[in-house]
Amino acid sequence: MENSVQHVIETRRLIKNYEMGEFVVHALRGVDLTVDSGEFVAIMGASGSGKSTLLNVIGCLDEPTSGEYYIDNADASGLTRDEYARIRNERIGFVFQTFNLLPRTSALDNVELPLFYDHAGRVDDPRAAATEALERVGLAGRMHHDPSELSGGERQRVALARALVNRPAIILADEPTGNLDSRTSVDVMSVFQELNNQGITILLVTHEPDIAQYTKRVVMMRDGIIVNDRLVENRANAAADLAKMPAVDEVVTALRAEGE
Amino acid sequence: MRWTRRLLRIALKGLLKNRMRSLLTTLGVIIGVASVIVMVGVGAGAQADVERQISSLGSNMILVFPGASRHGGASGGAGSFNRLTLDDAEAISEEAELISGVSATVRTGGQIVGGVGDWNTTVSGVSTEYLEIRAWGIESGEFFDERAVRSRAKVAVLGQTVVSELFPNESPVGQKIRINKTPFTVVGTLTKKGASSFGRDEDDTILVPVTTGLYRLSGGQYIHMMYMSARSLDESDAAIEEVTEILRREHGLNPGEDDDFRVRSQAEFIEMATATQEVMTLLLGAVAAVSLIVGGIGIMNIMLVSVTERTREIGIRLAVGARSRDVLVQFLTESVVLSLLGGGIGVTLAYVLAGVLNNVVGMTTIVNPGVVALAFGFAAAIGVFFGYYPARKAAMLNPIDALRYE
Repeated sequence: MENSVQHVIETRRLIKNYEMGEFVVHALRGVDLTVDSGEFVAIMGASGSGKSTLLNVIGCLDEPTSGEYYIDNADASGLTRDEYARIRNERIGFVFQTFNLLPRTSALDNVELPLFYDHAGRVDDPRAAATEALERVGLAGRMHHDPSELSGGERQRVALARALVNRPAIILADEPTGNLDSRTSVDVMSVFQELNNQGITILLVTHEPDIAQYTKRVVMMRDGIIVNDRLVENRANAAADLAKMPAVDEVVTALRAEGE
Repeated sequence: MRWTRRLLRIALKGLLKNRMRSLLTTLGVIIGVASVIVMVGVGAGAQADVERQISSLGSNMILVFPGASRHGGASGGAGSFNRLTLDDAEAISEEAELISGVSATVRTGGQIVGGVGDWNTTVSGVSTEYLEIRAWGIESGEFFDERAVRSRAKVAVLGQTVVSELFPNESPVGQKIRINKTPFTVVGTLTKKGASSFGRDEDDTILVPVTTGLYRLSGGQYIHMMYMSARSLDESDAAIEEVTEILRREHGLNPGEDDDFRVRSQAEFIEMATATQEVMTLLLGAVAAVSLIVGGIGIMNIMLVSVTERTREIGIRLAVGARSRDVLVQFLTESVVLSLLGGGIGVTLAYVLAGVLNNVVGMTTIVNPGVVALAFGFAAAIGVFFGYYPARKAAMLNPIDALRYE
């Protein structure tokens, strides 16, 4: 290893071009990014800045046109489909904006899904591991519900549990609060913060500065390159913010009182 | 084990989500499997019927035909050199120990005049043992006896077709008829025998004493064939050998010379008829197999729709680490479960149909367990074969494209 520091993510001159007929879209124009163990990083930028593309490449869902990248210190450039599948299964937990849970499938089964593809057999008891992951995100009581019976916040917690269950090196989240109202967003961010406090490395994409304020480091992207990389000052505490916000039933009571 | 169980659970869940569609898809396989089994069963049933019919024609029957003449190695064809005589029949009757009855037969065509009109039919000169050999009976009157044979009596026994043509309103027994202008007295009528396994109307015949047929009607020296019964079916081959030996001696053939006659047993005729039926069975089975393949294409169609519909699900599975192989196996399992389900229902349906055909319609249908296994196995193979393309299509999806699919 040429670096003495153990990086969870390292990219070098990462380039991604999309060919759209005659046009070539330069989504990434040479991204150098390093994320170390225990970090909580937000990638920010306008739409089209390449932040989601970067996340998809790091998450091994998409391949870069050129450049090198290392995940958990292992070279991830130019691997086979199966090798990428294995990285996704063992080292990465992905959380999507649209949750991407299997419909008509219980929360527990959804969380267990990655372990179904754990061919190395790293987890002895998938059911127990899935239960534990759901407990960690505070959904112990709703394990047997289908996604359709869960609220948006609960669904994202299930997705988080699914990302956690295979003990990945890093959790990647693509606009995890994009489909949630502000209260639920803070709620989900409190889970992220709690997990990070437990030592889990998190890289999330968002375009909301409020959300980025809950992370430890913000990387700004524009037109496929990183334009700013700074540590977060006056970091917000989601759990504390949540306590200050009125509970949903309080809001409903207040609205009713107003109506009367 | 856990992997297999979960795989099956996922497949069943996927299929149960679309109950109606799954059922309609399997319908092709159900009909295919059921029709293969029933068609082959009907064929086998017909075969068994023919066998039964043939053995009812006369048990353990052995036939002797004239052989082909040979001049310098060139065959003149069957019957081109007729050397069977009444003495041959006499010799077999006296010497052959494995033969229980012999009837020399002389066959001529004849214009019959009598009763209400005239009729053209075959006239067979036979001996008294003929009826027993052919397992035939007398309907009315009586059969001619040994004395009639010795005296070349002009007596005739009519088959039922001849009876209905010439004597539709009265009993023919005692009536006079003319066979090729020679007057005969009808002494009896035969029971109805129906069509032979080769489609000939067995009842369209007149029997006369063999001597009468030979000397008065065909005016020849040679008989046309011999009917005889082996004592038992097991001894049929030995009886054939015995008859062959006697005839070779009678005909003065040297060792090494070809037989100038042919000996055939009932068993060979059964084999012949059975072979024809087997071709029929094969044909029916082939037609049914085509419907099974069409059913398979139905499965492929639905699996393709299913893959498109569930692109997002495939994307999710790929995103959490499913390999192409995993997705391939999942969809392949689904199509195999689908076709096995269809196969199972098809087999059940086949047994029900066979029961209805046997007991209600009265059509002999024999369900062969081998064919059931084959049809079922074929259904499974169809699941793999027609499921492979859609499954592969799913497995080769790009994770990010699959996730973005709307």
